[in-house]
Amino acid sequence: MIRVQNLVKTFGTFTAVNDVSFDVAEGEIFAFLGPNGAGKTTTIKMLTTLLKPTSGEIELDGLNPQTHQNEARKRFGIVFQDPSLDGDLTACENMEIHGVLYHVPHKIRRQRAEELLKLFELWDRRDDQVKKFSGGMKRRLEIARGFLHTPKILFLDEPTLGLDPQSRNQLWTHVKSVNESERVTVFLTTHYMDEADRVAHRVGVIDHGKLVAQGTPNAIKEQTGTGSLEEAFLKLTGSTIRDESANAADQMRQFAKMWSGGRR
Amino acid sequence: MSAIYILWLRELKRYTRSRAQIVASLGQPMLYLLVLGFGLGPVFKRAGNGDYFQFIAPGVIGMSVLFSSIFSGLGLLWDRQFGFLKETLVAPVSRLQIMIGRTLGGATVACIQGLLVMVICLLAGFRPAHFSAIPLALGFMVLIAVLFAALGMAIGSGLQDMQGFQLIMNFLVMPVYFLSGAIFPLNDTKSVLKYITRADPLSYGIDGMRNVLGASNSAFDPRLDFIVLVIVGAIFLIFGAYRFSKIEI
Repeated sequence: MIRVQNLVKTFGTFTAVNDVSFDVAEGEIFAFLGPNGAGKTTTIKMLTTLLKPTSGEIELDGLNPQTHQNEARKRFGIVFQDPSLDGDLTACENMEIHGVLYHVPHKIRRQRAEELLKLFELWDRRDDQVKKFSGGMKRRLEIARGFLHTPKILFLDEPTLGLDPQSRNQLWTHVKSVNESERVTVFLTTHYMDEADRVAHRVGVIDHGKLVAQGTPNAIKEQTGTGSLEEAFLKLTGSTIRDESANAADQMRQFAKMWSGGRR
Repeated sequence: MSAIYILWLRELKRYTRSRAQIVASLGQPMLYLLVLGFGLGPVFKRAGNGDYFQFIAPGVIGMSVLFSSIFSGLGLLWDRQFGFLKETLVAPVSRLQIMIGRTLGGATVACIQGLLVMVICLLAGFRPAHFSAIPLALGFMVLIAVLFAALGMAIGSGLQDMQGFQLIMNFLVMPVYFLSGAIFPLNDTKSVLKYITRADPLSYGIDGMRNVLGASNSAFDPRLDFIVLVIVGAIFLIFGAYRFSKIEI
């Protein structure tokens, strides 16, 4: 369902993704693991048509996302790592825009939005502006929105970041159920190794832009001679702490916080 | 079509929800209208140019349309930083539709803003030649709004942070306003200034409004105003759509 071959992305002299190749089969849950700044999000951006690869090939359901952008976009849904909601609109309106953009018919749109908002316990706040939501609520809304249309491939970029255990549990139960009932292929990234171990059929470990291991969680544990995926991950990627420098977006969010009386 | 509509509606909803901002954005035009309008009036009259208040009112309306429409395009910067842009860019909708929806939304908001300023002008004593001229003036507002919303979109597509925003403000928006003949008559301008003011698309928008509203000191033929706005607007729309299609995040 997803085919990546010799994928490379460079920003100036920095190589974010360096010769990465992997396959994800239809109906599979694939976890992409790696420390901060390893190239996970850059890979997802290339898979979802937001960035052009420097070289290498990508196929989504047999389509090249560069040459058949719209066809490819019809096939996937994505929950981003960082916020992508409109804070001035209400929860319902954010869902509505998503539904229209993804061509979900009116009736189904309403019905599914209600189900999902109830599932993620946002129904009571559906007519409140999103900027008044707490971090966890915004996150839940993003996830609920990602499930509004039924894509063939679902990208989840650190979906559980900032979620409480209840919501996390709710999310993974839902991911598993759409994976089983609708054969949705799931491509996810996470920092919680126990989640990857529990949910994913196969995992890939990326570090410094290179894919250092891939296989079932058990195979990776065996390969590294460790007892848990967490230990295996540390063994593969080392224990030094990585820092991502703040980019323009982070700086602006800080700025916006100072001026929280402003637009958002 | 529905994608264009929903993105247009979004711009309108955001506008109507930021009431404080609506009031704040009326402050600057009112300052120009009342302070310059009444302050420079006697000098203008002594120079034999007629009633300055009648002259500056279309200029101030044009100014509010300019600011509002170009800011709507630059609003792309906010959407980029706060993430909503990504949500629209990964959707199975062509970039052209997204760009058109946003541009029309921004232009609509700018026209509402222009009409509000026109109401203030009327309340403060501005009198058009005939009230039936107001729909024609609105037509010119629409042309100005679409033109500058598209330009804002073209620039906003490349903006990454707040510093760029300040640059655009000081080196594009303010000069476009001051060189448009909004506050001084264009028919007396000499030498270099003459050519610069004629290269400013806003000149034709404000002049067009002056022509249809029957204000004094209009510089060009209203048909010329109309043609220039349509052609430049079309070019900016194509340019904006092209730049928008090239966005990477």
